[in-house]
Amino acid sequence: MSARPRHWIQSLLDSAPAALFAVVLIVFGLWSDRFLTVANLTQILNQSAATAIVATGMTFVLLTAGVDLSVGAVMFVGAGLAGKMALAGQPLALCLCVMAGVGLLIGALNALLITRLKLVAFIATLATLYIGRGTGRWITQTRAINLPDAFLALGSARWLGVPLPLWIAGLVILSAHLVLSNTPFGRQIYALGNNPEAARKAGLRTHQLLAAVYVICGFCAGLGGILALAQLGAVSPKFGELYEFDAITAAVLGGTSLFGGRGRVFPGTVLGAVLLKSIFNGLVIVQADPYLYPLITSGIVFLAVLLDSARQWIRAGS
Amino acid sequence: MSPSTASTDLPASIREPVVEFVDIQKSFFGVPVLKGVSFRVEGGRILGLVGENGAGKSTLMNLLGGNLQPDAGELRVEGRRYAPRDPKDARASGIAFVHQELNLFSNLSLADNLFLSDFPLVEPRRARFPPPEAPGGQNRGHAPQRALESKSGWRRRLRLPWIDRQTLHARATELLQQVGLDYPPQTLVERLSTGERQLVEIAKALSADARVIILDEPTTSLSFRECERLFALMNRLRSRGLALIYISHALGDILRLCDDLVVLRDGEKVGGGTAVEFNHERLVSMMVGRQLSQLYPNRIQPSAGNSVRSDADGTDLNPPPAEPSTPVLEVRSVSRPGAVRDVSFSLAAGEVLGVAGLMGAGRSELARILFGLDPHASGEIRLLGRRLEGNPRQRIRRGIAFLTEDRRHEGLCLEASVAENMALVTLARHCRTPVRWLDSAGIGSAVRRMREAVRLSPTVLESQSVRTLSGGNQQKVVLGKWLLAEPRVLILDEPTRGIDVGAKFEIYQLIHHRADQGAGILLISSEIEELMGICDRILVMCQGAIAGEFQRPEFDRERILAVALHPSKQ
Repeated sequence: MSARPRHWIQSLLDSAPAALFAVVLIVFGLWSDRFLTVANLTQILNQSAATAIVATGMTFVLLTAGVDLSVGAVMFVGAGLAGKMALAGQPLALCLCVMAGVGLLIGALNALLITRLKLVAFIATLATLYIGRGTGRWITQTRAINLPDAFLALGSARWLGVPLPLWIAGLVILSAHLVLSNTPFGRQIYALGNNPEAARKAGLRTHQLLAAVYVICGFCAGLGGILALAQLGAVSPKFGELYEFDAITAAVLGGTSLFGGRGRVFPGTVLGAVLLKSIFNGLVIVQADPYLYPLITSGIVFLAVLLDSARQWIRAGS
Repeated sequence: MSPSTASTDLPASIREPVVEFVDIQKSFFGVPVLKGVSFRVEGGRILGLVGENGAGKSTLMNLLGGNLQPDAGELRVEGRRYAPRDPKDARASGIAFVHQELNLFSNLSLADNLFLSDFPLVEPRRARFPPPEAPGGQNRGHAPQRALESKSGWRRRLRLPWIDRQTLHARATELLQQVGLDYPPQTLVERLSTGERQLVEIAKALSADARVIILDEPTTSLSFRECERLFALMNRLRSRGLALIYISHALGDILRLCDDLVVLRDGEKVGGGTAVEFNHERLVSMMVGRQLSQLYPNRIQPSAGNSVRSDADGTDLNPPPAEPSTPVLEVRSVSRPGAVRDVSFSLAAGEVLGVAGLMGAGRSELARILFGLDPHASGEIRLLGRRLEGNPRQRIRRGIAFLTEDRRHEGLCLEASVAENMALVTLARHCRTPVRWLDSAGIGSAVRRMREAVRLSPTVLESQSVRTLSGGNQQKVVLGKWLLAEPRVLILDEPTRGIDVGAKFEIYQLIHHRADQGAGILLISSEIEELMGICDRILVMCQGAIAGEFQRPEFDRERILAVALHPSKQ
């Protein structure tokens, strides 16, 4: 009458992202002496900030066995709107609020499509992805917008020696982690992802939970957009493109399951995001052929999903 | 144990009906399912609700549990009108539903599962101080909850939605102790066995301060010991004054456990009263509405040329002629570490061989090995003298069929139709060369022939999704699927689990019929009476090994059980 022991393969799979991270650090560290420097590591973290925030929101969605493809589009619309407003002389704070607001709004639209109209999350957010991209292009007229210096200052500002984007990312990650692990709402999200029918029977408000998850994801995408914009200083027509894949890859690499109900923001998703950016940073430093990048990206996505499936097999088998 | 003594030492208020059903009516798509059912459930008693599948038991309980609303009639809880809109309302009114398929979240801890919709939250002012009743857990678990509830409204609303882990774990530990589960509350549910999960479900009901607990077929996947544990718990809950509604097809358990009985048939209450007024035969005849002369069909012992029986349904399945008593399946020293140990037996053509044993004795594991789902480390399996190897697909071709214990997940494609499910295994035979185009007419006629043969209810449409069928009809579809393949060896794992008496009888007949046609039947069942009723020989497994063998004349419930429990005493 003792609980089943943990499968050793499962433990191995669970520590795979950390092991992979160590491998990446060692390999690039040996390859180039410019990789393992404080400046470069801070740089990596800084580059990871936006992805980590978007991936944090994505983790909420993935936990319910859903997906949100519209995050990159959210970033683009918000950035386009904020850029136009900034050029028109609106205050910085208002621009930032608009970006976060756009995230909430598109998140709410996703929630509406999924919970009210019962669209499959994949299709609903694919639709909002195109709506967002289209709207963004219309706002920017597909022209790049160079932003006032105030935006860039935001990206390079430091407080107590730590870049502001890291503070923001840290705050978002910490709140998300605490919400997921220690509030009823968080635990109910895990329950919903594990067994939606049982969640309904247990008297959980499944629709509200599901809606909240998409709104949170939209909001995080908005915040991520702010950081990315503050670091780039310009809105190009490709701004935010393929961010949805970075976010999903980061979350899944960090152990979040596409099948729902499993995963953590910290350390999981954060580690996934930093791992992803370390690889790209390392590739740049060792001056890898840029044409290799898509191959490497796809390799990582494949690896992430393979790990997730392997975990699922082990659970089903034991 | 007599009902009167059970209630006299309780306060008078508890003897009032806790739940009353008053002339409840409900229909689906114009088909009446409940036609004016009235009865009452009292505190401190266990009410057994019996009836065939489709008699309306589940609908009735779904009304009480807030999953459905009645068309007419009234539900009363403690004298007050009760009209739950959803399961949450029902919980708030103290009604807990332990469903047949468990509704736990395997990815969460025991504590999270128990308090999922009602987590204890940290008090804003006291957050820094340890709660007085903290880790000891000797106090009654409900005390802190009461204290929270008595707080004024604004403080409740001002509270952060922050789970008070200390209180949560203390209360979870307390609840787990009440149901006799000795696990730390952080344990993940996925590490528990089915029987243990059932107890968690009951702990969940207790956590909601339930006064009425509905148990829908709780024993179907429990081992003998787990059942005993559950029944002991139910008796404890009864003596605490709770009202329990117990739904089961295991009539022996019902008669042993319940104080009151209500018998439903075709949406009407056809009988009721205290359990002492009933016996097995009376209960069965009330349920089916006719005198069932026997529970198990008589079987003419297999002999050459006796492949067609008087009560056979006339369908000709073209049995492969096999000499009776020729072994169709030989198993020699098959072992798989952690599952089965050195299992040897042979199965003759026309023989129905039962496999008894407790849950976890290795019976299903053996079946999986025979069917090629799991590998075996050593030993040999022969079918008709030739080594049996390969994956299930290859073994099916050789003539093995396996009806698994989990028909909903492993036996059926629930959304697919009756016809699609039935034709699944034999699709390849209905392919037209050279492009392997499916011969739908051929499939259609095969399915029609088989639905007659398995006596699928005539109201069932072939295009109907099997999800909507009753358990008995679903099992007939699975059985029909395998019978279409005309197996030489038919392995059946708990084929009558959760199925009503009438359908059980028909499934027994089908098993005998197939055996008479020369197939060897390996029948795994946890109901010893069932094995004794229809088998020619019974193997008893214990801890992965065959611990005993009984020929028909030696069948004896006590002895079989004794071997299953303690193999050394044989």
